[in-house]
Amino acid sequence: MELRAKIPSGPLAEKWDRHRFEMKLVNPANKRRYKVVVVGSGLAGASAAASLAELGYQVSCFCFQDSPRRAHSIAAQGGINAAKNYQNDGDSIWRLFYDTIKGGDFRAREANVYRLAQISVDIIDQCVAQGVPFAREYSGYLANRSFGGAQVSRTFYARGQTGQQLLLGAYQALCKEIARGTVAMHPRTEMLDLIIVDGRCRGIVTRHLVTGEVQPHLADAVVLATGGYGNVFYLSTNARGSNVTATFRAWKRGAAFGNPCFTQIHPTCIPVSGEYQSKLTLMSESLRNDGRVWVPRQPADARPPHEIPDAERDYYLERKYPSFGNLSPRDIASRAAKEVCDEGRGVGPGGRGVYLDFADAIQRLGRQTIEERYGNLFEMYQRITDEDPYRVPMRIYPAVHYTMGGLWVDYDLMSTLPGLHVLGEANFSDHGANRLGASALMQGLADGYFIIPVTIGDYLATAKLDKVGADHREVRGVLEGVGQKTKRLLSIAGSRTVDSFHRELGTLMWDKCGMARTAAGLNEALRRIPEIRAEFWENVTVPGSDAELNQALEKANRVADFLEFAELMCRDALHREESCGGHFREEHQTPDGEARRDDERFAYVAAWEYTGESSEPRLHREPLVFENVQLAQRSYK
Amino acid sequence: MTMRLRLRVWRQAGPKVRGGFVSYDAPDLSPDMSFLEMLDVINERLIEKGEPPIAFDHDCREGICGSCSLMINGVAHGPMRGTATCQLHLRSFRDGQEIVVEPWRAKAFPVVRDLVVDRSALDRIIAAGGYISARTGGVPDANALLVPKDDADAAMDAAACIGCGACVAACPNASASLFTAAKIAHLGLMPQGQPERSKRVLRMVSQMDMEEFGNCTNIGECQDACPKLISIDVIARMNRDFLKASFFGGEERAESSGEM
Repeated sequence: MELRAKIPSGPLAEKWDRHRFEMKLVNPANKRRYKVVVVGSGLAGASAAASLAELGYQVSCFCFQDSPRRAHSIAAQGGINAAKNYQNDGDSIWRLFYDTIKGGDFRAREANVYRLAQISVDIIDQCVAQGVPFAREYSGYLANRSFGGAQVSRTFYARGQTGQQLLLGAYQALCKEIARGTVAMHPRTEMLDLIIVDGRCRGIVTRHLVTGEVQPHLADAVVLATGGYGNVFYLSTNARGSNVTATFRAWKRGAAFGNPCFTQIHPTCIPVSGEYQSKLTLMSESLRNDGRVWVPRQPADARPPHEIPDAERDYYLERKYPSFGNLSPRDIASRAAKEVCDEGRGVGPGGRGVYLDFADAIQRLGRQTIEERYGNLFEMYQRITDEDPYRVPMRIYPAVHYTMGGLWVDYDLMSTLPGLHVLGEANFSDHGANRLGASALMQGLADGYFIIPVTIGDYLATAKLDKVGADHREVRGVLEGVGQKTKRLLSIAGSRTVDSFHRELGTLMWDKCGMARTAAGLNEALRRIPEIRAEFWENVTVPGSDAELNQALEKANRVADFLEFAELMCRDALHREESCGGHFREEHQTPDGEARRDDERFAYVAAWEYTGESSEPRLHREPLVFENVQLAQRSYK
Repeated sequence: MTMRLRLRVWRQAGPKVRGGFVSYDAPDLSPDMSFLEMLDVINERLIEKGEPPIAFDHDCREGICGSCSLMINGVAHGPMRGTATCQLHLRSFRDGQEIVVEPWRAKAFPVVRDLVVDRSALDRIIAAGGYISARTGGVPDANALLVPKDDADAAMDAAACIGCGACVAACPNASASLFTAAKIAHLGLMPQGQPERSKRVLRMVSQMDMEEFGNCTNIGECQDACPKLISIDVIARMNRDFLKASFFGGEERAESSGEM
């Protein structure tokens, strides 16, 4: 396997333009002859499917939900970044680029991130044209707010439902194309494998979740936009259905997996309340614009928050990071919360929580302003915890939220498997070792609206694609494999439920491959995971058949993949003997507990190649070359 | 503190099979559990006994994806106002209470299995015209178009719809008016939405009728059931737009503009 990033030559600011000119085009009349399969209908998938169909390609789009509008992008709350500089506060494409590179702890490609910052401004234009109801000033101009890791105000938002509104914009554009007959939409259809013919990705195999029918869908190119794998931890802010299956199966078919250990732990989530808990709920980072984070100065201080005087509170983010304060980046804010809880200063049941307090902001701005800014988040908090955050501070704790790792892609967003393109959270490309807030929506839409519509044309125009029929040997082989796996899952008839295995795996991953990692812990996880997996294949029970709506079977398929994928994550975390961004190795920290990067040895993307059931994955390195920014220890002090 | 609930749940093996209520005794529950977590617990217990679990739609579990549904004691999304089932907690119920759980009931929402229904009719209503035809690229700068804050806020109120279908399930006529009108209001309140305004309302209303949703008779159950508290004012607005468009022949006008 060879990693060819295909980064265009020339000055950073001209790379994308130059590349767009140099790429081959498919003439308009020929586009309709090409079939493109898009898997996933979130921001990246829906925007890609709609834009490709507008260009004239024949598109089929797949999602496991009952409607493309329900993809998990819908749950993103806070906002989307763009270097519009509408606030005249010194923002620029260069600054957004620099903030993102630095926020990612210098583990992303300069060229990709610069392009992302360039495109960010077009995204806002596009979304406004579609009717996305962004927040406005009284003048009618667009409003902005601040997010972590930036000192400018560049985040556009639609109350606390920005992801929903952006996704509905993309979904409506997709619906427009469905109505025109240019997109064939396949809801409640899950991709279970890829079809590779002559070394090129030529389609997918799916299972229809209502009828159980397993079918091939052949195409000239395949686009995966299937999101992240945070649910490997069982508890995360991801939707229950989010899974690694599509990207993991692609890995097994030959696509390299980039930086699988880079996961983002979001600092502001509602703490775990019981063993039955099925998911964790995020409280938007935007709350840190006005909320102050604190814990009692003394350990085991059991007084209710309002009885603790200011002098006995530790506003630890403001203390440790005076210039960014409560808006420190996510990885840093999360670790700081863990640290104070480890010191016994955590609050709430179990001591795993810190306060996010709005008392000062309410006093300064009035309750009505706070209600306008965060009303729906406050309500959500109250519904879940039965506590009123207007009166008592919120209790928050970090939780798994996003995965920066994903399938390795080149500058054109193509994986190491020719014909397989990967967009959005599913790829590894733009966020390095830590993603800044309000950047996921930006990346998903940049990939889908503006990058893939151009780069896929270059692939199709230059690739030699023979016709492949449903009776092709490869197609039959993949269909057979998918069927066998399903049958095997149904035939075990053991005594443990799928969820019990998922929970066991999740707890292990959170303990050993979560917010803080050690070689000893990771080695232990690498020993335990195969044991859990072995027990799964001997003792899981999946009721029902494969010819019906069978939610237990769906879960079993996904958890089986998590049980293998977890090992790859731990292996990657173990090999990366440095701390960077969300990857914190306890062995590698500065005396004051900050992440210590090792640029000499680890300024590269780790891309793992699958080599077979019984052999270890092979590591390939894509060196990261920084020509435009200077590598520096990240400081938010 | 634990709770015990007695559930009567609609079980139906498939679209063409006769369904019926099955009773479940559910001890050892926590009042802090969400309603769906309670169903998870019951399902775990069923699977351990080798019985088929209760099928229900769910995904984000934070009230925004619109996957979850359920008639709970005859009320769409249960007793808590402005709350989707996934954010309803057992503390809203009494220890020992009997709870009847059913799928959405509407001709346009056929049961797929147990509590899962087919809501694809709602997607088809959007596909009929619930969008602004701005193709990717070639649009003006975002701040070139000013939108008065009040309009943007009102548009956002309507755009908050999560497409769950509770309005249909709650309506005695099984009308999708609130759903359809919310999208028409969202787009119609924005200056970007004006060129297609007439065509949009005619097409979406006609699709709504084709899907065999009932008519709106201003009962107002929909807004009470809406987890996002969308007001029936949007329906009045849709009716005005519809009349205007029918009267002035918006469809012809739209077609002569060469769109679609």
